[in-house]
Amino acid sequence: MAKKKSKKPKTPGLFKGMGITLGILGHTIKDGANTVQYPHEKETPPIRARGVIALHEDNCTACMLCVRSCPDWCIYIEGHKQLAPPRRAGGKPRQVNHLDRFDIDYALCMYCGICVEVCPFDALFWSPEYEYSEPKIADLLHDKNKLGEWMETVPEAPELEAGAQKK
Amino acid sequence: MTDLSDRQKLGYIASQAADARLNVELETEGMTLNIGPQHPATHGTLRIICRLDGEQVVWAEPSCGYMHRGYEKLTEVRTFPQVTTLVNRIDWLGSFANEVPFILAAEKLMEIEAPPRAQVIRTILFELSRIANVSLFLGDLGVQMGAITPVFIAFRDREYVLNLIESATGGRFHPNFDRIGGLKDDLPAGWIDETRQVMVKLREFCDIIEDLLFGNEIFQSRTRGIGIIPADIAKDYGLSGANLRASGVDYDLRRDQEIAMAWDKADFKVWTHPDGDSFARCWVRLQETRESCKIVEQLLDQIPAGPVMTKVPRIIKVPEGEAWVATENPLGVMGYYVVSKGDLGPFRVKIRTPSFNNISIVPWALKGVYVPDIITILASLYFILGDIDR
Amino acid sequence: MNLLATDIPYWGQSLLRVLGGLVAVLLPAGTIVYLFLFKMMSFMQSRLGPMEAGPYGSMQLLAEVGKWMQKEDLAPAAADHRIFKMAPLVVLVSTFLLVVVIPFGPDAWFTNFSVGVFYGLAVASISVLGILIAGWASANKYSLLGGLRAAGQLIAYELPMVLATLGVVIQAGSMNLQDIVVAQNTGEIFGFSGLGNPYIFTQFIGFLIFMIAVQAELTQAPFDMPIAESELVSGYMTEYSGFRFLIFFIAEFATAGVFALIASVLFLGGWGIPFEWFGWTSVDDVDNWMNLAGPVIMFTKMLVLTFIIMWVRFSFPRFREDQLQTFAWKILIPLALANTAITATLKVAF
Repeated sequence: MAKKKSKKPKTPGLFKGMGITLGILGHTIKDGANTVQYPHEKETPPIRARGVIALHEDNCTACMLCVRSCPDWCIYIEGHKQLAPPRRAGGKPRQVNHLDRFDIDYALCMYCGICVEVCPFDALFWSPEYEYSEPKIADLLHDKNKLGEWMETVPEAPELEAGAQKK
Repeated sequence: MTDLSDRQKLGYIASQAADARLNVELETEGMTLNIGPQHPATHGTLRIICRLDGEQVVWAEPSCGYMHRGYEKLTEVRTFPQVTTLVNRIDWLGSFANEVPFILAAEKLMEIEAPPRAQVIRTILFELSRIANVSLFLGDLGVQMGAITPVFIAFRDREYVLNLIESATGGRFHPNFDRIGGLKDDLPAGWIDETRQVMVKLREFCDIIEDLLFGNEIFQSRTRGIGIIPADIAKDYGLSGANLRASGVDYDLRRDQEIAMAWDKADFKVWTHPDGDSFARCWVRLQETRESCKIVEQLLDQIPAGPVMTKVPRIIKVPEGEAWVATENPLGVMGYYVVSKGDLGPFRVKIRTPSFNNISIVPWALKGVYVPDIITILASLYFILGDIDR
Repeated sequence: MNLLATDIPYWGQSLLRVLGGLVAVLLPAGTIVYLFLFKMMSFMQSRLGPMEAGPYGSMQLLAEVGKWMQKEDLAPAAADHRIFKMAPLVVLVSTFLLVVVIPFGPDAWFTNFSVGVFYGLAVASISVLGILIAGWASANKYSLLGGLRAAGQLIAYELPMVLATLGVVIQAGSMNLQDIVVAQNTGEIFGFSGLGNPYIFTQFIGFLIFMIAVQAELTQAPFDMPIAESELVSGYMTEYSGFRFLIFFIAEFATAGVFALIASVLFLGGWGIPFEWFGWTSVDDVDNWMNLAGPVIMFTKMLVLTFIIMWVRFSFPRFREDQLQTFAWKILIPLALANTAITATLKVAF
């Protein structure tokens, strides 16, 4: 191989490059492009993709952990305490935190996922949905109803690679 | 005094002559050309002030800080887990590699170590982010010199790596996957096989780039003998990474330092080049991409079973102390000096970014070159704006 | 002009010429932009290019034209306004002047200059003037550098182009482009006349030099340092916007088409097919249908040549300014001179 190379004069470098571009041209004509024609066809993001945060409202106790751990403070929670009917008949009425407001400002969010991680009650989930851009920046503030709608798109967690230890 | 190329000697003479003319005749004061802050060649907002004599540079100075985001200061008001999110954004092409030294520094202070499985996966992701970073450099190199096709090929093949990073970590650009004491999660099923296939594709990509760009005579004539940085000058200016190795200095922190990562399990070669010119810098990076593919393939076979997270308290408080950890990032040596006062967050973090030191050589390297060579030299020095200004 | 054997009144001829000129400039430009810039480049980069405007994005150029027309006609405050606004028109005018001499069929020509080659080469350099004044009048350092580079480059490459053409002129014995076409299609190579004698065979070095010079003249990569978007932002076009940029853009590709047409006339046999196939002996025998088939043949040949021009453009990085000058003065011009000398010697000898 080395002998063959030394025999050839210096010019092939230029023609090799032209051969490669022509090769890709042929490949694109034959097998199609590597690109995706976005609005018509879509790539499915991986299961773990951090697209949008979904809120399972029933689990949320307004404990404010996510608010405090957010690096850019884009979660807003308001809640009040109220009495709920007792679990067992004849018991005392329980005091629960009721969620009044749960807003995430996606204009600020850095998609780090810390809030999902720190949530002790499994109220926050990642969904790979990504099509929620808005003409107005204020509309990127998703309230708890909208965050609740994303729950439908939350996938099951993926299987783990061999050798992994279940938590 | 080291050997200077003829062009650099000429440049020195030209600069002296230009000064003399300025002082004596005030006839040809030259032209001051601002490259940047908004300029296609700086891929970001870097400004290089050049004084030209015709098309020859007699004096150049980089002026950075247009994108300063104050990360060192921001880290002081954040907790340790939050800092990973921020430092992701420093070198935005190889984000995962930014997290690792910081986490290692915090682990050093807490005197814990990630489990072996986490260490291997960390190293694999580290090398993948190096590939993602350097493959874009290889494509971008073409654009800087007028060839538009390589960059699209680079974007095409880089996409495979980004997909891998995304399916493992959830974030394409900003994984935020590293945690103090291990990793956020284990790898999803099928990831290892997929990675093997992608590594094959990336080797093909390296071959394509080598034929399309590095074998091209025009490319060689543009880069060979241009912007020669001798070894001791490179050391004096604190260059690191491929820029240093291209000057013939055999220095790679992956091999040369004991660290809680898995590079010692892989067998790889640290490429150096004796020339120290633009071509050498590009060539070393190309070889490093291949070497990274090799490291990833080797480590994929060696992932031990076990947990990916050690026992750490839910609320992380780092004990008082100071720690310095540096790793060989895609751009060069990146290090964090973390000072903790025992709080939730660091007291002070000093970030040593490779690009900042790498562009410090620009005034020296640009003396006496022509305007088109400015672009070649800047491209081959390979800086990322976020990495300079942080 | 005796087109299709009918006598057309003078006003009709003028109208035909104007329309024909527009078509001969704009149709190649549009085709090149769509076929090569939009589609071939994208395919070479493993993508599809514009797909939304029209079927397979075929209306994209019109959409772009519409976009550019709507934009404000900006000029920098420090610019020399009148000259700044004139520059793109000068560049476009040179393209139109160039197309005038090209013969498209036995009778389908705009003007049948006896010194067509000379005129064409002279007119081609008008575009340098436009580029230079665009660079100067923009009052922008990048534009100025780009304009100066363009001037140096175009002058350097004019010379090999002239010398390469000289070989053809010597061989054909005429400076009339029509005569050159006829000479190629009636000629013979070593007694074999089945293919005529397209000068690409006998003047292959001349053809190569001509194509390299054309590449440089059109400021396409690897000779695109007057534009050099990564160093000079956009060279002399930096300050242009709206329809003035559009004119530069169209002129770039129209000139590519026109130069390819000239190259096909000089080296590939122009509009003709070997006359022997139909038993013609001279241009007067040629059937009238060639007036319609000729432009089609020319168009095909132009596409082949522009394909090569664009292919090189999308594959190569660019030279440095001094390397480009070295290449022109130290390699191309001596080679072209040698080629001319050998051609002349052989012409005299045989």
